Amino acid sequence: MNDVLRSTRAELLRLRKWPALWVVVGTWLVLNFTFAYAFPYLAYRSGEPNAVGEGVPPEALLADVLPAAVPDAVIQGMPMFGGALMTVLGALVVGSGFGWGTWKTVLVQGPRRGVALLGTLAALGVVVVSTVAVTFVLDTGLALGVAALESADVVWAPLSETAEALGAGLLVMGMWTLLGVMVGTVARGPALAVGLGLVWSLVVENLLRGVASLLGPVEALTEVLPGTAAGSLVGALGTASGAEGTPGVLTVLDGGQSVWLLAAWAAVAVLVSLVLVQRRDVI
Amino acid sequence: METIVSTDRLTKRYGNRVAVDAVSMTVRRGEVYGFLGPNGAGKTTTLRMLLGLVRPTSGTASVIGKPPGHPAANADVGALVEGPGFYPYLSGRDNLRVLARYRGLEDSEVTDVLGRVDLLSRAGDRFKSYSLGMKQRLGVAAALLGSPGLLVLDEPTNGLDPAGMADMRRLLVDLAASGQTVLLSSHMLSEVQEICDRVGVISGGRLLTEATVAELRGASVLVVRAEPLDVALAVATRLAGDDAVELTGTSLRLTADASLTPHLVTELVRAGVSVHEATPSEKSLEDVFFELTSEPARTMEVVR
Repeated sequence: MNDVLRSTRAELLRLRKWPALWVVVGTWLVLNFTFAYAFPYLAYRSGEPNAVGEGVPPEALLADVLPAAVPDAVIQGMPMFGGALMTVLGALVVGSGFGWGTWKTVLVQGPRRGVALLGTLAALGVVVVSTVAVTFVLDTGLALGVAALESADVVWAPLSETAEALGAGLLVMGMWTLLGVMVGTVARGPALAVGLGLVWSLVVENLLRGVASLLGPVEALTEVLPGTAAGSLVGALGTASGAEGTPGVLTVLDGGQSVWLLAAWAAVAVLVSLVLVQRRDVI
Repeated sequence: METIVSTDRLTKRYGNRVAVDAVSMTVRRGEVYGFLGPNGAGKTTTLRMLLGLVRPTSGTASVIGKPPGHPAANADVGALVEGPGFYPYLSGRDNLRVLARYRGLEDSEVTDVLGRVDLLSRAGDRFKSYSLGMKQRLGVAAALLGSPGLLVLDEPTNGLDPAGMADMRRLLVDLAASGQTVLLSSHMLSEVQEICDRVGVISGGRLLTEATVAELRGASVLVVRAEPLDVALAVATRLAGDDAVELTGTSLRLTADASLTPHLVTELVRAGVSVHEATPSEKSLEDVFFELTSEPARTMEVVR
């Protein structure tokens, strides 16, 4: 345990000072701001609801950016770009070490291979938790700002709804991060891993869903994909009017099924990474 | 003397290619061991196996009494293998701080090792802005973290300019003087000859010989041409001992250190002998190395 803590502290130090990490997290925050607040609010102000949601009444657009909708605003972008960005992060964090030769340098310091990887995963866990927390704080601030601008009453979402949304956010972002770690480990380099991860999360899953309506077996397959689980979990929690139309958000599985499926994918990613890191030669 | 590293028929195959072929070597505590061989001879692969980075196909090894790569073994080993591997975006100091955390060391150790490789003035600059020599020195600094009992340095003078090489050599000599065990791989023969106590010569994956530098080079020889030869022989025998003098045609061959030359010449002249020539002849490690390694190379060409 002590060894894992050492590795975690070391990884946190080098991640904290890595510009790439801040770029990825910053991009997520900017996209979250843009799609969850800026566009809906501008659409509401312009009075042309069709610009964003088809036939969504202006009051509904405003409701999406008020404090009561914060839980939904935090998570609605996660199945699409949030997950993709976290896959990039996971793949970069683990994959880069092979090209730089830093895995070799780290492993000769004495940690067992599994311990070194667990330290990296724990550090990434800190990053994911922080990212979700900062997103929540940011969105709360934005919603309060909108409420003040529009002189609307400040009504908060129930605490349970907020807690569920944050938990779902952690699970979705965490699972994609771990899948990124897995492809980074498999590919032993950042470039191929990032490329494959993105093609999978943004293209392949959607293509399969497109084919699913034609072929039964493919439909069964799409129901267990990681993207389906992430989209369904967010879809199950979505209460705001725009949830249905948000890209990546699905209603294929119910909340409970999605949670289990996400946990299973996370476990598979950790297991595959651990086995590969322990068995392969470090070159 | 206590053995700190030992391998028993250590072998690594990649498909059909044998990178390391049944290498059995020993490194004793407190010595500087030179691992010598041409590029691609299997030096780095052997060192990687000793550090647990690469698993042997067969054979065994023990490092500080533990299997290679065991946390307790690596905790007491500092290594620089096949070039320094650091985070390019971090400064030299931060790179070492990360490693110090992995080892559970204080940041003060980082300043200490940076000073030893003369990098303190550039410690705040990003690693990617370093010259090749500075990167190499940072790698050595990382190996020194935590004052490990065994230093494994894979071609530490690679990429260094002559001044950098001299600095590195001085650092190694200082380390050796302080009783540090060093396992040093190199293809720079002069370097090994100067620094190392014992060497293992590896070529084509096979350990050809393991001996002290002196043993490898053989005894130094003094060739003396003088007249009259019988008087010269008597004087030389008196000075160097019966067994050490050999009569070869018109000259004497003395198995003796070159430092005997002035005294020998003085005594010969005093005995009325005319000295025409007194030449110390010493095989360099380079001569020995080429004698050892050229054989398999030729065989390989025949096979092709």
